[in-house]
Amino acid sequence: MLSLIVFLPLIAAVALAAVPRLGDTVARWTWVAVAAVDLGLIALVWARYDTPPPGELAFAERAAWIPGVNSSYHIGVDGFSLPLVSMTAVIYLACAVYALRERHRPRAHAALFLFLQSVSLGLFVAADLILFFVFFDLSIVGMYFVIAGWGHGNRAHSALKFFLYTFLGSLALLVGFIGLYVAANPHTFDMPELAATPPLQGRPVAGGLVLAAILLGLAVKTPTVPFHTWLPPAHTDAPAVGSAVLAGVLLKMGTYGFVRIAMPMLPQAWRAWAWVVIVVGVMSVIYGALVALAQSNVKRMIAYTSVNHMGYIILAVGVAGLVAADTTQARSVAVAGAVTQMVSHGLITGALFLLAGVLQDRAGTYDMRDFGGLAAPAPTFAALFAVGAFASLGLPAFSGFIAEFQIFTGSVAAAPVTAVAVLGILITAALFLRALQRVFTGDTAGSSVGFTDLRARELWSVGPLLLLSLAVGVLPRPLLDVIEPAAHAVVGLLGR
Amino acid sequence: METEMMRPLLLLPEMLLAGGALAALIGGSFVPRHRQWIIRIFTAIVLVATIVAAAIQIRSPATSAFDDSFAVDTATGIARILAASGTLLILAIAADEIAGSARESETYALLLFSTAGTVLLAGANDLLALAVGFLLASIPLYALIGLAHTGAGAEAAMKTYLMGALFGILLLLGVTILSGLTGTTGYAELADRLAGAPKAAVTVAAVAVIGGLMFKAGGVPAHFWVPDAAQAATATAATFLTTVPKIGALVAVYRLATVLPPSSWPLLVAALAVASMTLGNLAAYWQSDPRRLLGWSTVSQVGFLLVPIVAAGRSDLALPSLLVYLTGYTATNIAAFAVSAALPERRDLTDYRGVAAERPWLAAALLVALLGLVGTPPAAVFVGKLTTATAAWDGGYAWLAVVVFANSVLSLFYYLRWIVPTYRQPNPGNPDGGARGPSGDEQVRPWSPRLAVTAAAVSLALGVAAGPLWALVTGP
Repeated sequence: MLSLIVFLPLIAAVALAAVPRLGDTVARWTWVAVAAVDLGLIALVWARYDTPPPGELAFAERAAWIPGVNSSYHIGVDGFSLPLVSMTAVIYLACAVYALRERHRPRAHAALFLFLQSVSLGLFVAADLILFFVFFDLSIVGMYFVIAGWGHGNRAHSALKFFLYTFLGSLALLVGFIGLYVAANPHTFDMPELAATPPLQGRPVAGGLVLAAILLGLAVKTPTVPFHTWLPPAHTDAPAVGSAVLAGVLLKMGTYGFVRIAMPMLPQAWRAWAWVVIVVGVMSVIYGALVALAQSNVKRMIAYTSVNHMGYIILAVGVAGLVAADTTQARSVAVAGAVTQMVSHGLITGALFLLAGVLQDRAGTYDMRDFGGLAAPAPTFAALFAVGAFASLGLPAFSGFIAEFQIFTGSVAAAPVTAVAVLGILITAALFLRALQRVFTGDTAGSSVGFTDLRARELWSVGPLLLLSLAVGVLPRPLLDVIEPAAHAVVGLLGR
Repeated sequence: METEMMRPLLLLPEMLLAGGALAALIGGSFVPRHRQWIIRIFTAIVLVATIVAAAIQIRSPATSAFDDSFAVDTATGIARILAASGTLLILAIAADEIAGSARESETYALLLFSTAGTVLLAGANDLLALAVGFLLASIPLYALIGLAHTGAGAEAAMKTYLMGALFGILLLLGVTILSGLTGTTGYAELADRLAGAPKAAVTVAAVAVIGGLMFKAGGVPAHFWVPDAAQAATATAATFLTTVPKIGALVAVYRLATVLPPSSWPLLVAALAVASMTLGNLAAYWQSDPRRLLGWSTVSQVGFLLVPIVAAGRSDLALPSLLVYLTGYTATNIAAFAVSAALPERRDLTDYRGVAAERPWLAAALLVALLGLVGTPPAAVFVGKLTTATAAWDGGYAWLAVVVFANSVLSLFYYLRWIVPTYRQPNPGNPDGGARGPSGDEQVRPWSPRLAVTAAAVSLALGVAAGPLWALVTGP
């Protein structure tokens, strides 16, 4: 079942690439259809999902791959992966709908994104470090071609920077994985086995080095300050759907690695370095928000808010390492908040980047100074953008509020000093309000003149994302019921 | 009883190669020039027969032939299959490039001779067999490079010849010292008797023999001929000499390393590995000729291939990971060279602009090949890099694993210099960057593009099916 979900888009991608006679319209609708079917299959998995016992995975599949190094094709889902898998499928479906108008080589475009969808889903269900790495690396290759092939502006340079930077991170990650393998007894790359009997316990120096390699790899991908410099150019020059996938899904590969790999497999080293992680998280929160405030390019602004939002996640997972008996509950809440934030950020930022793409599509610019009074000619666009902005700044009734509330409840209870990061929310609120004001209010001027409002496919791709964020915000229980057992489990593992 | 006999059948693949080479050489002089494809078919049949014979033999337990001077085990078996398969694939380039040329059948004979030498080198279990394999693998190369009939080709042949002579003498010097110290040339006795030999002398000998083998492998410090030959020789010869001889040389270094006392060689091999990867990568950076870029890339690949040898005797992964890497490297390197052979007029990276739009399959093959050489999963070289780095770490050389991945990042940049223009839009307004290549009317080569796509697909398939491959290289 899971294999089908992972490889269905890939099969469709190969079919699209290999059959040149398929028309462009067929290609666009094939993408939508495959993404919809995949989402349906995931809904089925969610319906049949029961929380597996700690240390085990639901719907697990396993087959030998490289037996010499104990690496296998091992996949499965639990409370961390299932929400991210679902979020991934939702975002790709939204992108497929949004791209129904793609004019530039739509067949290759659809094939590339279907390939990326397989890669993203595969990463979140992987239960073997090498399998995880395979998908991690392929996501870089896929996104490189998205930016280089369909981007705008200085796309070749941005794509190259993205590739080199994240590839460097991925190889640091691989070094860490090999360290885990060599230290494990018996040698293995299997994630549940490594989490059950963490290697490098009682070896602080080696454990710290291996954790440093893994953290470096994940921090580049996430990205956190100071490893974020590849992100703004990549986002600015990527196409709208590329940005949505990059921010919505690919960034989560880094944060997911924290809860899936770094924390359970290196608990002792994680505890030792928890404060470093917390400081990096707080820095990302404040710095990302401040720099976003200084942007006049809408897309760059959203890109920097991603740094800020990822900072909350880093903060929460860092706090989880501050092990003390009376804070177990608080730290579990923080970790659950972190995973909720991964889902929430995917939905909201995906929507915002797609909306930013509308600006580029109509006016050819992202600069706020080129717009004014846009609410008059494009009321639906203005409404959706406002909803997205409010969701992103953590307004109650949206998923972002649930996530950030949990993160801060947990973090402040465990380490009161982290309350300083709340400042980030304030700055984010300011910058979004200022952006709304500059672009949408006042007299209609500049590129806003003659701006056509959202078309159906744009509405149908952005709308559901925001509706889902609202649904999670109003009724968080179904999501939290899935996440919380896994969060408890990982906090328990950290205590070893 | 059986060990007393020579059991010549154990060397059937080598005999097929050598006999086939002689037959091709003699037969070629009786066949008119426009029918020389007959010799090409014959060469292909010889190679297929070699592969079949080797594949049958690989299933039997390890043994040795000719008084223990030639090992017949999994490593030899894999080397035989790889070398013969590599040469077989390269015949597709030859079919495009040298069909009907003046020296066609001679080229096939030289390819077969050199393949035989490579296989001898891989199986050598005796210093004298090693020396014979070295010469048999080297001498045909000089002629193969010289066949290009160009000024640059002559220079490359001369350079290769001088380097080969120098390092051949170095190898023989090492052989002399080792046999002088121990009174034997067989590896089995060497291993026993070297333990008591003076350390300094053994180290000098190890440096000399391994250094000599570096010429065949195309690694630092004997690498200077590689980029010149890769650029100036025919595509057939360039692909062959950057792929097949390495197989024999690296297996030979591995065998030798397991014999020499551990005080003398691991650091030396680690230093050669680091030097080859780093120098090869740095030198490849600013090359504008794709063939020359690939030449330097193969120098760096030798560095990666030396990494598992450092762990020989310390990690169970050492030999299997070396063989897996060699397998992946053979397929991937041939795919990359085949792309350059398919577009012979494009001898500058900027000429590749627009190839993806015009020939998507060829561009895809190039993408798979080059990213494969970087070590991007799931291509076979990734499995090789992963397992070799793991072997080094497992053998106590964690820093070498880090160097491997740092160098992989370094290498990414120059491979991208080739990929990026390939996937750019063609630029019809600019005659230099036009879609039709620099000369305007590009000759159509049927076989090289097919070979490129096939070899790239094989490289991907080997990575995905790493399980069976691993089972094969770990032996019966």
